[in-house]
Amino acid sequence: MKFMVIVKANQDSEAGKLPDASVFEAMNKYNEQLVKAGVMLAGEGLHPSSKGARVRFEGPSKRTVIDGPFSETKELIAGFWLWEVKTREEAIEWLKRAPFQEGEVEIRQIHGTEDFAAVDPTGALRAKEDELRRTIEKQQQRRN
Amino acid sequence: MATDPRRAIEAVWRIESPRLIAGLTRVVRDVGVAEELAQDALVAALEQWPSSGVPDNPGAWLMTTARHRGIDTLRRGALAGRKLEEVGQLEARREAEVPDLEKAIDEDVGDDLLRLILISCHPILSTEARVALTLRLLGGLTTGEIARAFLVPEPTIAQRIVRAKRTLAEEKVPFEVPRGAELQARLSSVLEVVYLVFNEGYSATAGDDWTRPELCQDALRLGRILAELAPEEPEVHGLVSLMEIQASRLRARTSPSGEPILLLDQNRALWDRILIGRGLAALERARALGGERGPYALQAAIAACHARARVAAETDWAQIASLYAELALRSPSPVVELNRAVAVGMAHGPAAGLALVEKLAQEPSLQGYHLLPSVRGDFLVKLGRLEEARAELERAASLTRNERERKLLLERAAACARRAVSSS
Repeated sequence: MKFMVIVKANQDSEAGKLPDASVFEAMNKYNEQLVKAGVMLAGEGLHPSSKGARVRFEGPSKRTVIDGPFSETKELIAGFWLWEVKTREEAIEWLKRAPFQEGEVEIRQIHGTEDFAAVDPTGALRAKEDELRRTIEKQQQRRN
Repeated sequence: MATDPRRAIEAVWRIESPRLIAGLTRVVRDVGVAEELAQDALVAALEQWPSSGVPDNPGAWLMTTARHRGIDTLRRGALAGRKLEEVGQLEARREAEVPDLEKAIDEDVGDDLLRLILISCHPILSTEARVALTLRLLGGLTTGEIARAFLVPEPTIAQRIVRAKRTLAEEKVPFEVPRGAELQARLSSVLEVVYLVFNEGYSATAGDDWTRPELCQDALRLGRILAELAPEEPEVHGLVSLMEIQASRLRARTSPSGEPILLLDQNRALWDRILIGRGLAALERARALGGERGPYALQAAIAACHARARVAAETDWAQIASLYAELALRSPSPVVELNRAVAVGMAHGPAAGLALVEKLAQEPSLQGYHLLPSVRGDFLVKLGRLEEARAELERAASLTRNERERKLLLERAAACARRAVSSS
């Protein structure tokens, strides 16, 4: 099963301040362990929210763009990993080994196909999607 | 959702056991003894951790416990006499290593892990034994999990593992990383085992489910670990690339009701882009090491052709056909030839593909292989030879051991029959 590991922002990350060399080294070592164990699929750090934006949706057509930075620092995301592990406990066990000194890091399981069976028990949605795909394919062929 | 301490300990075991067993094997020079010691440490953890909590450095805790238990047990003579010599080794090493224990578990045990995976896949063992031992020692799977994955009774797997460990001990197989040509031969045995596990998950040869994704993930994990242990070996990256790209399609390969969906009919929006990206990167690594002509790298390159096509109609079949031609030169096999026929059929028309398939009709190793009549049936459908197509598809259905696939083939045969009637 796949997990997203969500690292929250703090004042430093929001200020765009990079961690100092020792923190960087510890994190590199940790990432290396994850890679060597065949657990890490991906991992990225994010720029501060001052470089980001939000789009607010109201009703079918109204969209408002809100530029960063955003104030609720602890709720913001500063980075993430994608891990593939055997159980939720394994993800927790790996996370406990991360070289953080403070704050909280969250893990969330990523949906697999099996989770959608409940939403689409007859496969009707999937069939519709397939139909759409065939249309696109035909358009593509005509273009070629 | 509360965390069950037992499951937490199992998770620690999964993370730590390969390094633990590898490190212990280096000391006692016997995989069987090393695993027993590691198991003893696990039992101790299961007794103590639920009340004491998981220690800060669980790996070091398990290692210390395993060593102490080993020394105690051996001292009491509870184990067979043949292991007495190991007592001496353990004692000597304990004197030398105990102060550095914490450090030892943290330091790079990469070579030990590589030795462990090589010995688990040693050619002296049967393929089945290699698979079981590798999943057990490197994958951290329990005997029960392996048995369920391969749909065999648990005692059968337990027996295989016991016998494999005994064979390794009796034949005094060294715990080492050989050099040169021998390393190549040993590595290819490892790759074969890993890919076999993957394939059993990807298109289950038996049982009610078309795929068993858990096995694919176990194999992928082994492959990814191996790629870090032997980073200079192009074929390791070739195999990882092949598995990443194939696994990227797992979500798209089965309908919600469990029916198989063939490659060209799959919804490509369901393909896992992250795995495709990883697969293409691994293929690049194989190429950079000069290994683009390796059999796994070639198969990965073929898989990459499909992965790059946004829609099935964009597939570069001519390129795939030429990659198969190259693969047929490098590692000739009737199955490769059959796949080449499929690609040629797509690139140059069903008649060209059928001509290649006909040449395989007498191939002894393909008698009983359901994909031969299945592919032949495909070409015949496309050529409008519906009566012959129906017979071939029915024959394919009678040959497959997978229930889902049998159903799909019979449906297609029935469709041929209907079309034949309506056009006559």
